[in-house]
Amino acid sequence: MFNFGQWTTAFNNWLLGIGVADWLTVLIECVLIAVAILGVYTVLALFYILYERKLCAWFQCRLGPMRVGKWGLLQVFADMFKILIKELISLKGTDRFLFKLAPYIIITSSVVMLACLPWGNGLQIIDWNIGIFFILAVSSVGVLGILLAGWSSNNKYTLIGAMRSGAQMISYEISLGLALMTIVVLAGTMDISTLVAEQENAWFIFSGHIPALIAFIIYVIAATAETNRGPFDLPEAEHELVAGYHTEYSGIHFGFFYLAEYLNLFIVSGIASLMFLGGWMPLHVPGWDGFNMVMNWIPGPVWFLGKAFFISFIIIWFKWTFPRVRIDQMLAFEWKYLMPFSLANMILMAVCVALGWHF
Amino acid sequence: MGVDSIKSMSREDFKNNDYIDKLVEELNATGANVMVGKFDDLINWGVSNSLWPLTFGTSCCAIEFMSLGAARYDMARFGFEVARNSPRQADYVMVQGTIVHRMAPVMRRLYEQLAEPKYVIACGGCAVSGGPFKNSYCVVPGVEKILPVDVYIPGCPPRPEAMFYGLMQLQRKIKVQKFFGGVNRKEKIEEFFAEHPEEKGQIG
Amino acid sequence: MSDIKEKILKIYPEATFEEGESLLVNVAEKDWLKVATALRDELGFDVLTALVGIDWKDSIGVIYYLTATSRNWEVVAFKVVAADRENPYIHSVSKIWKVADFQEREAYDMLGIKFIGHHDMRRFFLRNDWVGHPLRKDYDTNPEINPIRLNDEENEDDTCVYELDEKGEVKEVPGKVFEEDEYVVNVGPQHPSTHGVMRFRVSLDGEVIKKVDVVSGYIHRGIEKLAEGLGYPQILHFTDRMDYMSAHQNRHCLCLCIEKALGIEVPRRAVVIRTMMDELMRISSHLLAFGTTAMDLGATTAFFYGFREREQVLDIFEKTCGARMSMNYNVIGGVIADLHPDFVKDVKELIRIMPDRLKEYNTVFTGNVIAKNRLKGVGILSKEDAINYAITGPSGRGSNWACDCRKVHPYGVYDEVEFDEVLETGCDSYARFLVRMKEIEQSCRILEQLVDRIPEGDIRAQVPKIIKLPAGRWYQQVEASRGTFGVYIESVGEKTPYRVHFQSPCFNLVGVMDICSTGHMIADLITVGAALDFVIPDIDR
Repeated sequence: MFNFGQWTTAFNNWLLGIGVADWLTVLIECVLIAVAILGVYTVLALFYILYERKLCAWFQCRLGPMRVGKWGLLQVFADMFKILIKELISLKGTDRFLFKLAPYIIITSSVVMLACLPWGNGLQIIDWNIGIFFILAVSSVGVLGILLAGWSSNNKYTLIGAMRSGAQMISYEISLGLALMTIVVLAGTMDISTLVAEQENAWFIFSGHIPALIAFIIYVIAATAETNRGPFDLPEAEHELVAGYHTEYSGIHFGFFYLAEYLNLFIVSGIASLMFLGGWMPLHVPGWDGFNMVMNWIPGPVWFLGKAFFISFIIIWFKWTFPRVRIDQMLAFEWKYLMPFSLANMILMAVCVALGWHF
Repeated sequence: MGVDSIKSMSREDFKNNDYIDKLVEELNATGANVMVGKFDDLINWGVSNSLWPLTFGTSCCAIEFMSLGAARYDMARFGFEVARNSPRQADYVMVQGTIVHRMAPVMRRLYEQLAEPKYVIACGGCAVSGGPFKNSYCVVPGVEKILPVDVYIPGCPPRPEAMFYGLMQLQRKIKVQKFFGGVNRKEKIEEFFAEHPEEKGQIG
Repeated sequence: MSDIKEKILKIYPEATFEEGESLLVNVAEKDWLKVATALRDELGFDVLTALVGIDWKDSIGVIYYLTATSRNWEVVAFKVVAADRENPYIHSVSKIWKVADFQEREAYDMLGIKFIGHHDMRRFFLRNDWVGHPLRKDYDTNPEINPIRLNDEENEDDTCVYELDEKGEVKEVPGKVFEEDEYVVNVGPQHPSTHGVMRFRVSLDGEVIKKVDVVSGYIHRGIEKLAEGLGYPQILHFTDRMDYMSAHQNRHCLCLCIEKALGIEVPRRAVVIRTMMDELMRISSHLLAFGTTAMDLGATTAFFYGFREREQVLDIFEKTCGARMSMNYNVIGGVIADLHPDFVKDVKELIRIMPDRLKEYNTVFTGNVIAKNRLKGVGILSKEDAINYAITGPSGRGSNWACDCRKVHPYGVYDEVEFDEVLETGCDSYARFLVRMKEIEQSCRILEQLVDRIPEGDIRAQVPKIIKLPAGRWYQQVEASRGTFGVYIESVGEKTPYRVHFQSPCFNLVGVMDICSTGHMIADLITVGAALDFVIPDIDR
């Protein structure tokens, strides 16, 4: 299979070969990666905004954006230009520093998470032995931004939104982590590239059969809650709290929240595709060599994005169909059902692995 | 049938707005240098195509506005569908319904909470002039008494098509404005507020 | 009629009677509290249908319309006149009929009548710093007295109670709505889920609601005052703009009231058309209610499904009446225009598709476990409370109270068609929601029976060019989409009415927001509001 690592190694060797100093090489590479990540981030977020708007229009027997560009393709760019020039309102009685810091914390956390995802064979930025652990750790930073945003706005709605968000994200983090750990038990590693490589013959959702399938369902539910999307969109709860924790933000600061919301959707879908559906690994069926060959022709990034978009589609479908749950119902669901269930599921997986009952 | 019956306007003028577009071109042609002009075009293209409404409605017109968002009329086609509940994130407020004395300070504050660039559409007879309630003791006879209005949409309530027409007029209006100087909207707003001060506590 | 007279004389021998469209009993102010208690407890007058404050120039007072549900919904009016016109006091009945709570505040706001013993005597519609009481005949409309004030209102927490001291003098006891240390969240007037410009001040303990204070009047347009200066045909258009989701029914009610006063016989074709339009309006209103309830709970897609069918109803209106909303279709003596040739075909098509669409709504929203959990057990309103707060319409029937005006005081052709009064025993938001869904089926059933039986004939009776009502008072009720809508007209024989009062169902609905949501979460405030489904311009008028 094609390894993107060849290109990056070749580029690194070329830089060193023309006599660039070691530190400068690292610096140049860092800058290039940063630019690439930010570019990908923006393009993906814009794509996701359009993706969701078109999908929800489809669910609701509408057309969605049509007038700006062909099929409304340029709609999101118009939105972007608009939001860039919107006035940034600073408010009386707010904690200025924290108020302005909050959106950056949120956007940073989601950019770092994006950086951990592998897009293809060798096409990733950090590849280390605690990959999944790192992603989980970084994802918890986001809640800090939300809490700060809600608290520093000096507004009762944002405060309630932030408190809800804190309770919700900390609760669902447990199920999310346990669902991922179930797969880690199956794989025996937290290293992302090894995780993907192990799924060459069968994706974990197939090889781990029942416990993996349960873990997948738990993960999708918990991830929906983690990204504050319906039916768990309580922190923003449009019809109760106006706009939740970001009620007081305008202009590009609001834009950051908006972008991060969509990008987090991509990231949780990306992790799901990585852990359950084999990431960039094509669909292989042991024994069907011809079929596997054909599948290998499709490049890794296409597989990765395709799977991520598919899982996002499911999550978007949730959002536009289900009513919102109430805060007590949501917490009861997590602590009474989801968490015990995912603990039991992890034990089931451990038993399966110990007895070799997996493919 | 209905169109021909408007005497002061020829059918052609009513159907399309070439004359407004020509006006836009003329206004843009004078003054601004090319570089700034192009930036203005880009920004105006962005702003005019991404008008996010504030969900605000007091009476019947709000229901027609909901119809505008629903499947048959679908304002999402123009990119108007991202209705924001927080005025900080909205671009224009469409005043749908009567504004009464008790609502007036709230309306004014709502307008002040909107982030620039911001626009006001007076939608329906009540917002335009007080409508059937003009003579009442506690109705503001037209929202223009308290806010600088950009576009008026008559009707009681206006049909969704009329609302589309009004929104498209607002788009045209935005295309004339200059972000980097020229026709300065902000000054006009300040002028308006100077004429309608809050400190006096009342408007005659 | 004489039977009830004897009974009233038994509990209050000094009563004097005036005959009219309904019996009117004069009660002295000093005895009113005692008489009112006896009327409820001994004579079974359990519903306060309407409370109309009137300024008769030489005196000022209140007319109470009381209904005895146990005695075939008999309506009797009671007139209580305050002793001093300039500083009027009347005993409050808000402890006997809770519905009087807000209605007395309205009467205070509009006429300056102070109710002794009312727990919270603040203005209801107008600003705290408003000068004068608009419905008094000597009110000065000079805009310089009450200009458009752009400063915020102050001291919203201050209230007062009027009490009688030992010497029988009225004294003012100041009070507070909320304590100093309460966490009060302001919901509205500009809020996505208050269905307009309603404002609730909610005292919270964490996420749990301790108290809800309703602040109304953000769309109070003074329709009743405007109506006093206009001729009868001119008043009609206001009714379409109060509860715009019950435009036909409201206008129907006002037309019936005027026709009753004039003694006009409406042609049968017009009666049938009016009945059908009322039911179409009810379908359209309930579809909107379904959509907004779903949207308030976060299920956005269901809203679009509800609106899809609503457009079909609006098409029928548009073809016949020429407008999608504010149809202005009923006129005194009949309807303004004949039916469009497509009417029968379109209605049949609507009846055909509706059952399937209702199943679809059930799949999308009602059948969903999250929706059920959100609606069930939220906003409990017992049958006794529903009667005491005079909660009629789908919300009252959700509390198992058979209060359908179409059954108890039939008008139109409702006594000739078969339909079931939908009742639910849940008493919660889910029950109210289900009643609406089932009423759509019943409305279709009524339409089905009528659509092939529209008689030929005139659509409008001959009415005089200038309509003058004889002196007297009339009260008429119809079943609007949200409950019983009543119109009170008092005439002194002029071209314009002396006093018009609209008793709107939503006014009563908003009165139970406090008892329905206390103890629930803040999210349930939205659920309760959505399930009660009030329309703000109908409250404020």
